[in-house]
Amino acid sequence: MIIEDVLCPFCGCLCDDIKVEVEENQIVSVKRACRLGSSKIRGHERIKAPMIREDGKLVETTYEEAYEKAAQLLLDAKRPLLYGWCSTVCEAQKKGVLLAEELGAIIDSTATVCHGPSIIGIEEKGLAGSTLGQVKNRADLIVFWGSNPSEAHPRHAQRYSSNSQGKYTPKGRKNRKVIVVDVRKTRTAKNADKFIQIKPGTDYEVISALRMIIAGKGDALPEQIVGVSKADLEEAAEMMKSARFGSFHFGLGLTHTRGRYKNVDNALSLITDLNSHTKFVVMPMRGHYNVTGFGQVCAWETGFPMSVDFSRGMPYFNPGETAACDVLGRRETDAMLVVAGDPASNFPKAVVEGMADIPVIQVDPFENPTTYLSDVVIPSAVAGVEVEGTAYRMDGLSLRMKKLVDSGYPSDEEILENILECVRRRQDDN
Amino acid sequence: MIIKGGTVYDPTNGILGEEMDISIENGKVVEEAKKGDVIDAKGFLVMPGGVDAHAHIAGAKVNTGRIMRPEDGRQGLEPKTKLLRPSTGYTVPNCYAMGYRYARLGYTTSFEAATPIIESRHTHEELEEIPIIDKGALTLFGNNWEVLECARDGDIDKLAAYISWGLRASRGYGVKVVNPGGGEAWGFGGNVTGLDDPVPDFDVTPREIIRSLMKANEMLNLPHSVHLHTNNLGKPGNYATTLETLKAVEDITSSMDRQVLHITHMQFSAYGGTGWRDFESKAPEIADYFNKHDQFTMDMGQLIFGSATTMTADAPLEYANARLLHAKWSNHDIELEESSGVVPLFYGRKMPINAIQWAIGLELALLTESPWKILMTTDHPNGGPFVNYPEVMTLLMSKPKRDEEIATLHSLVPKRSILATLDREMDWGEIAIMTRAAPAKILGLKDKGHLGIGADADVTIYDLNPEKIDPSKDYKKVKAAFSLAKYNVKGGEVVVKDGEIVSLPRGRTYWVDATVPEEHAQRVEADLVDKFTKYYSIQKSNYMVQDAYVTNPMVVKAGVI
Amino acid sequence: MVVLLKTIMISGRTLGQGATCESKTSSEFFKATSFCSLSEDDYNYLRIREGENVLVTAPSGQVVVSAQTDEGLPSGIIFIPMGPWANVLVGPDTGGCGTPQYKGIEVEVEATDMKVKDVRELFADLDKAERKVRS
Repeated sequence: MIIEDVLCPFCGCLCDDIKVEVEENQIVSVKRACRLGSSKIRGHERIKAPMIREDGKLVETTYEEAYEKAAQLLLDAKRPLLYGWCSTVCEAQKKGVLLAEELGAIIDSTATVCHGPSIIGIEEKGLAGSTLGQVKNRADLIVFWGSNPSEAHPRHAQRYSSNSQGKYTPKGRKNRKVIVVDVRKTRTAKNADKFIQIKPGTDYEVISALRMIIAGKGDALPEQIVGVSKADLEEAAEMMKSARFGSFHFGLGLTHTRGRYKNVDNALSLITDLNSHTKFVVMPMRGHYNVTGFGQVCAWETGFPMSVDFSRGMPYFNPGETAACDVLGRRETDAMLVVAGDPASNFPKAVVEGMADIPVIQVDPFENPTTYLSDVVIPSAVAGVEVEGTAYRMDGLSLRMKKLVDSGYPSDEEILENILECVRRRQDDN
Repeated sequence: MIIKGGTVYDPTNGILGEEMDISIENGKVVEEAKKGDVIDAKGFLVMPGGVDAHAHIAGAKVNTGRIMRPEDGRQGLEPKTKLLRPSTGYTVPNCYAMGYRYARLGYTTSFEAATPIIESRHTHEELEEIPIIDKGALTLFGNNWEVLECARDGDIDKLAAYISWGLRASRGYGVKVVNPGGGEAWGFGGNVTGLDDPVPDFDVTPREIIRSLMKANEMLNLPHSVHLHTNNLGKPGNYATTLETLKAVEDITSSMDRQVLHITHMQFSAYGGTGWRDFESKAPEIADYFNKHDQFTMDMGQLIFGSATTMTADAPLEYANARLLHAKWSNHDIELEESSGVVPLFYGRKMPINAIQWAIGLELALLTESPWKILMTTDHPNGGPFVNYPEVMTLLMSKPKRDEEIATLHSLVPKRSILATLDREMDWGEIAIMTRAAPAKILGLKDKGHLGIGADADVTIYDLNPEKIDPSKDYKKVKAAFSLAKYNVKGGEVVVKDGEIVSLPRGRTYWVDATVPEEHAQRVEADLVDKFTKYYSIQKSNYMVQDAYVTNPMVVKAGVI
Repeated sequence: MVVLLKTIMISGRTLGQGATCESKTSSEFFKATSFCSLSEDDYNYLRIREGENVLVTAPSGQVVVSAQTDEGLPSGIIFIPMGPWANVLVGPDTGGCGTPQYKGIEVEVEATDMKVKDVRELFADLDKAERKVRS
């Protein structure tokens, strides 16, 4: 049986045209997905059963025992952290926020090691954006800055950007110019009409220089700006100003380097400046398929999109103080629940050390380094393959993930509901 | 239950300050309740539950406001309780605060003013999380490519079929039109300058778009009329566009017992002058027109001084706001359908423009003879947050209060507005009309806004004795009483008692299921298949809002007869 | 004589890393994320012998990864795919905004005959199976 129009549960592109063939509850083939999505949908080796660590060893147990143990560990803690959330659906994220509220915990998503600085930049300047379909239909100039979609969002170019065809762009790539700015010549850069190579950590200066040129103040600039020629920037500025519709896509090249959210702040300001001359939109290239969803859910439930501390009984938001790497780094966290994330692999090792001496509960379909640090492991169903639910694409569009096959595993939502029930029962008992 | 002996204002049924009992059974008002609790309402003001016909309470724009304004989230913080989840935000409250705060005001129904079809899943996710109140959402149709093409071709049958499909796809309640044509022009950074300025690449004018949508709306016998945010909103001199718009549709008749067009947040569309220097109120001209024509209604869009977050599908307006005020600016253009913008700002008493804007909203209400024609709104949160509704109500009821406020404003106000010369003071009945009876009638909600037999048992009791209190003098007391209901009964259940939330029932989501002849539905289907194949960035099969997002629906049937 | 290259490390996404990130204990993930790329000039400068790896040292830690060339890299930048090996080198400082600095880390690189640890070995000092856990 072929299931049409499946949504891919991997990256922020949230492609929804995947064809999956299912035979006897097994996924047999995946068509149209890129290598990343295909790999995710086809599946990998799974954690077989819930486990609790006894005398150093992870020993298989029942779900009920695992839920109880998880609840006990979280309730015994003074400053628990609930982290992850980006590779699961909104229905599970909502349960996570509720659990954090009832525990007085901190809840944070993988955004804080990814586009968290973009959120902060947006808090400073706003986001002049659009849905991806606007880029497809209208953009005759596309800029990728510190972003390498060829490796991180493989179908972006063909579905939404450089190579896509739309109402005002029927000739696709031929109707467009592509500018890539990066510290190295990536695969994406190889397909650019103009590639500007900059030195690491100089994005802020280069953007400032561009803004000056666009504002007609280029004469005040020297011929070389942190190793980039003014002529190069003038050419890029001219391409941008003379576009009918420009779109600016930025990635971790801005958020992970020196300056972090100030780089994004400056880039957002650049787009606002460009709008005095022509139509321009900007959007962050969100990594995971539902990291945007967590930001949306958390914002409408708590008023803030990430790094929310409930210890005062009401939401307190201060990334730099309340983000996962902050509290773990300060060794304030004394218990951690990880759902749909792998902090052991993705946090700096010096921060992961903060997980080594505290109880950690992992809810995930797959074993990973976080498992080595976990005291309770609860295997879950793969959202978007075995569980249906809501996800938000990188441009904020919400869509419904499909369920393709049955699995014996409970969903993240179910697991969290159960842990919540155990927590409530224990709180009532006290 | 029986609400005994209250002083009831139920203008729809001609009851204006009668001492009477309201009997409730199974969530409805009945002749006589056979059993149940008794609430002693003797000496208290009793009205139907408040109905908000226009507020931005759920969806992408609202959440963009939250995300870009953590400084707003830090205001209005209320900790969680045994019953309640935490509240945050002032102009962009979190979902729980929305429900709690409406309920405390004595409101029981609120409609999201504008949802783009493709992003309606998000709108409903948020609506589902707003507790207590009944809700709905108006679907945006003023800039959709299919609408523009049908309007250009004069194909009202197909347009009606598209509206029917769009309402189902978005689980929407009515037809919302914002700056028709301008949203599409903004796709390349442009706008339309008036009713007859053609939309680039579509060869259709705003006049044609509005007229076509109105005709299709009436053909479908929809409960609500077209709900319009005019072209040129926010610009000095725009009252001319507003009057021109009304005149352009005078010949169209309503198919239902209601207005044929509702113009929203009229304050922003009632401006005179040629620029900001000679900016002035043209509320008298607008009110005069409404006094002479019975087929149109409007809502105020009153300003509240202090922080506001403007959010509207009028994206070019938001860009202009941001540039003028050097404010942070969010924009979101939506493929084939709409655009939108979100800009935080601050309305100041000593800012001449803001002070005049504040006066205009009040002028409009006081100069319109029939309160059935003008609803009390602040276009939350554009004019100000809805928690300030009691402020507006008391300004309408008290000349002394207005005088006290005017004395604090920029001195230009008396030169540019006649507000200070208006002595009219609304009475309890007129306020009940503007906040309950009229919004329900205008929206076409037959069981809301009144307390006749069969109405939804949404009843508010305020700690005010209409016999004893003089709202003109004791406006402080009146405002305090309107701010925290003594009782709010929603669907026959007590949800607020003495200003405290005591129960959290789930509200229903109203949406309209309109049928059209198969022939036209098929023609729309063909167009949609074409558009999804070529232009949309998602598959048609993933587009419609699924049942999972509207778990407590109230479906209203309509359609071409 | 050991040649020391002072350079800047950046980490980031790759197709290989993404395709294997759900099977982090697999050899495919190991191959996709436990290497560093250098420009041809920098690679040659280090005089890495057949079968050798490179030891990369940052203020926060040091890690052994295999080495390969990438013509897209300028001299002065090395690239390690995002993941556990790269993150040994990333410091805990979040710059007051919650996000560590994963790109632009000053490192020293030298050839080494040390082996590349597999993912389990990389976490041996933190692995709860290897330590006495306080209950």
